[in-house]
Amino acid sequence: MDEWWNILVPADPLMLWTLAVALATNVACSLIGCYLVLRRMSLLGDALAHAVLPGLVVAFLFTGTLAIGAMFVGAFVAAVATTFLTQTLHRQGGIAQDASMGIVFTSLFALGVVLIKRYGEHVHIDAQCVLEGNLSLVTSSMIEIGGYEAPRAFFSILPVLLLNLATILLLWKELKITSFDSALATILGFRSNLIHYLLMGLVAATTVGSFEAVGSILVVAMLIVPAAAAHLLCDRLGWMLVTAAIIGALSAYGGFVASLVVETEPAGMMAVTGGLLYALAFLFSPRHGVVAAVVRNSRTTLRIVSEDLLALLFRLEELATARRLGPREAVQAVGGGFLPRLGLWLLARQRFVVAAPQLQLTDAGRRRAAQLVRSHRLWETYLVQSLGLPADHVHAPAERMEHFIDERMREELATDLGEAARDPHGRDIPGQTTAS
Amino acid sequence: MSPPLEIHDMTVAYHRKPVLWDIDLMVPEGQLVAIVGPNGAGKSTLIKAVLGLLPIASGKIEFYGKPYSQQRHLVGYVPQRETVDWDFPVSALDVVTMGTYGRLGWFRRPGVKEKSLARECLEQVGMAEYADRQIRQLSGGQQQRVFLARALVQDAQIYFMDEPFAGVDAATEQAIVTLLQELRARGKTVIVVHHELQTVRDYFDFVILLNMRLVAAGPVNEVFTTHNLQTTYGGRLTILDQAAEAVRLSE
Repeated sequence: MDEWWNILVPADPLMLWTLAVALATNVACSLIGCYLVLRRMSLLGDALAHAVLPGLVVAFLFTGTLAIGAMFVGAFVAAVATTFLTQTLHRQGGIAQDASMGIVFTSLFALGVVLIKRYGEHVHIDAQCVLEGNLSLVTSSMIEIGGYEAPRAFFSILPVLLLNLATILLLWKELKITSFDSALATILGFRSNLIHYLLMGLVAATTVGSFEAVGSILVVAMLIVPAAAAHLLCDRLGWMLVTAAIIGALSAYGGFVASLVVETEPAGMMAVTGGLLYALAFLFSPRHGVVAAVVRNSRTTLRIVSEDLLALLFRLEELATARRLGPREAVQAVGGGFLPRLGLWLLARQRFVVAAPQLQLTDAGRRRAAQLVRSHRLWETYLVQSLGLPADHVHAPAERMEHFIDERMREELATDLGEAARDPHGRDIPGQTTAS
Repeated sequence: MSPPLEIHDMTVAYHRKPVLWDIDLMVPEGQLVAIVGPNGAGKSTLIKAVLGLLPIASGKIEFYGKPYSQQRHLVGYVPQRETVDWDFPVSALDVVTMGTYGRLGWFRRPGVKEKSLARECLEQVGMAEYADRQIRQLSGGQQQRVFLARALVQDAQIYFMDEPFAGVDAATEQAIVTLLQELRARGKTVIVVHHELQTVRDYFDFVILLNMRLVAAGPVNEVFTTHNLQTTYGGRLTILDQAAEAVRLSE
């Protein structure tokens, strides 16, 4: 095996060309994929990517070459036919949208595979290449255009990448408004249908451009996965596109390196890397991520048990008994387990509670607890007075709400209730204290 | 001068099955207009057909005496809140700015002028501090206000609002009412699909009672009568239903 840096930074120009094709393909796909994801049309992108196959084969059978122009025409015709057939089945035939897509694209894709098998020896496309492309061999067909020599696959994806970029920059606001609110777009005079077909055309072109490198099945991963990951990470359209492009490029690079390490087809590894990056985004996205949600949730739970502890100690003081709780008892009383123990430790650290060795509220702790109990009892009073609930129905809801009633709402309630002094159970409502 | 909206014998059909029959309607200028009727009466359908979002089977629609395609710039629209994807990566300000797109035409991007206009309109609906929030981070009432601000940015003469009061908090409801009155004071015509019968008299000047056909249209104190409401809500017309069903079955 090579030295590790030779794997991370390929020195061989052929390797570099392979990497360049992979990068261009993934970025072109990621950009246009954002609009598919946002329009909830991922499945249609999938359908198109598959359905262009017979178009490619027929174009080859007619022209006898794999020239890029002929391929684009064939794919474009197939893409328009797919879009049209799906719409017609859906609208006129009353078939559900997803079923009509399922019918059209599988049939067309199968037709493409049959054509390849039948005319296999004339068509220089084999079924394997359809599945996952031929990225590791793109450098075996170098061609020269305008004095530059590059793999043919590079010349077919580069114009697509530029076309996608140019369209997105030129029609930025049109794509944005038709994707977000197509009714308003139509009313303002932007033809949503026109943009829809334009987008489908771009998806078809991108599929054709990527065909040689990644095949027509894996291209779906390149279209959808980076865009979906970027959607989890960003809340502005511009950043989403940039992020999708970066994730696409990272999957290309990561997949390429990984394929050298485990010695396999790079296209497959690129899709796998994309999937891993998506999983990372899914877990660690700051706003929508699983980890962030767990952290947020535990924080709230921690706050609630700490407040429950404070309120518990406060109520115990209120009863004119000498009974006090030890740390272990108190933790058990609010449910037991790790979070209550952590909560108690934090309360002690913030000097709201001291253990001597039984738990005692400090003055600051007592003030805070009084506000919680005030919220609780005001809410109980409110439920009885304004909603007419019986007194034995109001403790549980107040127990839940006390943690979410802030200062402002508390005083609004108090004013509303005419400065009530006692709750429905006849206990004093602690007065307002500003320090907490 | 021609009225803001005139509908002459409009029929709307899904496939061939009619859902709105032979609507004749003239909306006077500078009034707040409610479209009222039971579920499935075709209230949203009426708006969508008038705005060209649904094809009409027959009839003629004119805005200030001209077809819609020539009068786009005079028309503002507030769709139902659930028609858009609130996870879309845009800020409240972005959404409001979309109201300026019609004026800009193809290719031109909104600039400083459009953005500051959008900010002004957000401020008018009390949403200035939320301008940079992603729209999922807004409450239902705030989302509705963003839509209203977007309509304001359009600076239209005639507005269509599809259930702006649906599922909003009391503060937003009051804000919408105030806004409607301001619009009327500036001579605009506002047509609102409305669900709450008890507020029609307080909020609106003119009412359209609809149930697959036009039951009545006119000033609230003339038309919003018990008798007309009974006709509107008192069950669908069986013959109309049967006729529509016959069309559907023969397809």
